[in-house]
Amino acid sequence: MRLKRKDLLGIEELEKDEIELILSSAESFKEVSTREIKKVPTLRGKTVINLFYEASTRTRTSFELAAKRMSADAINISVSASSVSKGETLKDTVLNLEAMNPDCVVVRHSSSGAPHMIARHLKSSVVNAGDGAHEHPSQALLDLFTIKEKSGEINGLNIAIIGDIAHSRVARSNIHGFTKLGAKVTVCGPPTMIPPGIESLGCRVTHDMTEAIKHADVIMMLRLQLERQKKGLFPSVREYSSLYGLNKERLKKAKKGVLIMHPGPVNRGVEISPEVADGEHSLILEQVTNGVAIRMSIFYLLLGGVKE
Amino acid sequence: MKKKLILDEKAIDRALSRIAHEILEKNKGAEGLVLLGIPTRGYHVASRLASVIDSIEKGKTPYGAIDATLYRDDIGMKETKPLRKTDIPIPIDGRVVVMVDDVLFTGRTIRAAMNALMDFGRPNCIQLAVLVDRGHRELPIRADYVGKNVPTSLKEEIKVYLSEVDGVNEVVSITAEEKQ
Repeated sequence: MRLKRKDLLGIEELEKDEIELILSSAESFKEVSTREIKKVPTLRGKTVINLFYEASTRTRTSFELAAKRMSADAINISVSASSVSKGETLKDTVLNLEAMNPDCVVVRHSSSGAPHMIARHLKSSVVNAGDGAHEHPSQALLDLFTIKEKSGEINGLNIAIIGDIAHSRVARSNIHGFTKLGAKVTVCGPPTMIPPGIESLGCRVTHDMTEAIKHADVIMMLRLQLERQKKGLFPSVREYSSLYGLNKERLKKAKKGVLIMHPGPVNRGVEISPEVADGEHSLILEQVTNGVAIRMSIFYLLLGGVKE
Repeated sequence: MKKKLILDEKAIDRALSRIAHEILEKNKGAEGLVLLGIPTRGYHVASRLASVIDSIEKGKTPYGAIDATLYRDDIGMKETKPLRKTDIPIPIDGRVVVMVDDVLFTGRTIRAAMNALMDFGRPNCIQLAVLVDRGHRELPIRADYVGKNVPTSLKEEIKVYLSEVDGVNEVVSITAEEKQ
């Protein structure tokens, strides 16, 4: 029972049974976080470096807690306080870090493919914590885990992903994950935010939100990246919100027991109204809890086995 | 492949009923007991022992599962093992914990399970019950209650089948044929 790889860079290249292995191990790790002593000695003596070239609260904290609860030593490097601000290249930075013998480097970078480049240069495992608009595999895994926990089964579910699909690495990883486990995915957003050819990933496209959520078992809202408004992808926040925001009124058009998800951070009142974000269908905080378990599972499966 | 029956269904039942009586005798009743089985089969042995104890003492003995995988000493030396569930039904502080497993062999799993247990609290004492003790200990560990002592060679494999997982109840010893 092991992952067939050194690194976790994306969902696209994972096989179905590898995804299922990560999810099933995470069930046990979730229990560890409920104990009085939230720590197991499994990865004693291993070192994990969190190298974040982009801002993050949830993901970085989650990876750090996951490493610490497995007894690994976790070091955080944020770019503003590092040599990167002195002009060191990405490759030099990671080779210098590797010279200190870490076992795993967790990378977030604004350029798609940066973790893949790093992985080619390092002997240690590399985990992609979000690269540009490409992939965010641990987020997709925790979303799959959360849905599986609630619904028992991913196969056959209808999933609606709504928002800025073009710039969303969460959407891309999730589309791969859901389709691999047999769910039907519909993506929805204004035409300027739907990348051409996204259907080739196996999802359906619509621009009508009511139609997208009508048959959905799960509605996944994406954060409206407000900084994008300058690029003219949508005329105004208010218009976006009225067409693609999830509020109480619109939720009435969805199925009764529909699950609401959001990867955070939430723009309250923009893509999701506060009553819905805090409402009974919302799994937003559950997603955060499960994120730690998923990342413990990733560390266990990447670092806990024999070294080649 | 040579297969030898060690315990049949009746013999397993008798062994468990004797162990249940021994546990009650040694602890002067079921007060303060909690049975924790090591998954997968140790958990089912624990659940059976709990129901035998309950039928003798007319009580409700708590039982649960303790997975030792994350505490093993061969992490990083072998392939990662799948995790099993840990479910400790009540706080174990001040209680008598009887750990239960199907086969006692090197003792390494029991060492790992004891470490896991210590992270949950401080029991008054820990005892060990096993269905089969096959010898070959690598650590100074011994069982308090044994269903059957089976002297084995290292070439043998002891397999415990329980109806909850395997559909049948028996313990067998399997020896792979020597290649000529």
